[in-house]
Amino acid sequence: MVAIVDYGVGNLFSLECSLNAIGAEVTVTADPVVLKAADQIILPGVGAFEDAAKKLRATGLDAVLKELAAAGKPLLGICLGMQMLFEKSFEYGEHQGLGLIPGQVVPMEGVIPAELKIPHIGWNALKFTKNSPLFSQIQEGDCVYFVHSYYATGCDENLIATAEYGAELTAAVAKGNVFGCQFHPEKSGSVGLNILRAFTQMKEAEQC
Amino acid sequence: MITKRIIPCLDVKDGRVVKGVNFEGLQDVSSPVALAKYYSECGADELVFYDITASSDGRKLFTDILVETAKSVFIPLTVGGGINTVADFDRVLKCGADKVSVNSGAIRNPDLVYEAAKLYGDQCVVLSADIKRVDGVFRVFAKGGRENTGMEAIEWIRRCVGNGAGEIVVNSIDTDGVKGGFDLEMLEAVCNAVNVPVIASGGAGKIDDFIQLFRQLPKVDAGLAASIFHFGEVAIKDLKAEMASANIPTRR
Repeated sequence: MVAIVDYGVGNLFSLECSLNAIGAEVTVTADPVVLKAADQIILPGVGAFEDAAKKLRATGLDAVLKELAAAGKPLLGICLGMQMLFEKSFEYGEHQGLGLIPGQVVPMEGVIPAELKIPHIGWNALKFTKNSPLFSQIQEGDCVYFVHSYYATGCDENLIATAEYGAELTAAVAKGNVFGCQFHPEKSGSVGLNILRAFTQMKEAEQC
Repeated sequence: MITKRIIPCLDVKDGRVVKGVNFEGLQDVSSPVALAKYYSECGADELVFYDITASSDGRKLFTDILVETAKSVFIPLTVGGGINTVADFDRVLKCGADKVSVNSGAIRNPDLVYEAAKLYGDQCVVLSADIKRVDGVFRVFAKGGRENTGMEAIEWIRRCVGNGAGEIVVNSIDTDGVKGGFDLEMLEAVCNAVNVPVIASGGAGKIDDFIQLFRQLPKVDAGLAASIFHFGEVAIKDLKAEMASANIPTRR
């Protein structure tokens, strides 16, 4: 069973539908017991970083996610949920993230050429920077759907894919059992479904 | 590189697609869900559902359709028609819409764009503008293009973008239905005025019209059309293949 973390941010309906479409058993929950029992966890998110981070802390789910990630449970952050995996974000101030992956979230403004529109919205091709089990069922050059104005930097060896938009923007990251997609796999057609399928087939890592 | 989007638009009334649709291999041609799925499989990058239902019963049918579509179609979905309040945004977003398009609702209540953008983010609010030249000036029309509001179109669009509209659909009444190509002059004026995605609508009759659009106006992000896709005059697969061979960034 894959659990979608429900912490009052964004609309989870499309994500739930996409997981149902690939035959995954899905539950939308804020219950730590259910999260612990899940085979994989997806952290979604739309909106502003500060608000989302506050909600995650207010529910105590931040500690639960850190604990489960440390225990080897596959965790996938999507869009703002991916940005929350990092140490901090500079979206309207400076805010702490979960710190599961080194790096920080910064505005695209000033990094990409001024004539390019912000947000980066639409279908863009993935360029793989590393092999990842998340991409086991898709190919380099496949397009996925992005909507974002901030992006992650300093991901170093945890970067697994970029998308070219006046700069090589972080598209996906992975550190052990923790994964993040800046794009929306649930809105990326069959390519997106194949990414979700690969994730829902992952198993909890053996403890070292 | 971001790809240029191709967007079929479906007019839905009382839960059915109203404009005649003619496809081989599609059993229920007036089912919005079946048609949405078909277009998604053909390579459409996004879909627009436009609700032209007048009755409240029909509205319920429409949201039922959104829910059914969300279960089987996994590309972005924009919903328009009858969006007059923030509650209307909420109603369709809950049912699987990703973006909401406002037209007359924003004309009647210019605060609607601001209020919705504040609640759901700029990326969620699409301003759709029906524009026609009157004595050489671009004017905004309301009520499905029947009523001249007297507002100058570029100024109106600028104002809505300032209020948080994250995307603009420019529908040229002058070229709509003529099938002689998009209104490049009007689109260029809009592209020069704002820095949010611009979607061209009205006038496409053949594949080359899309090629010309993206070649001559690289700032245009997407091309939208309805009947030429529904009647099979332009097949999305062929269109995207030709766009790719013309070196226009295209999702394949």
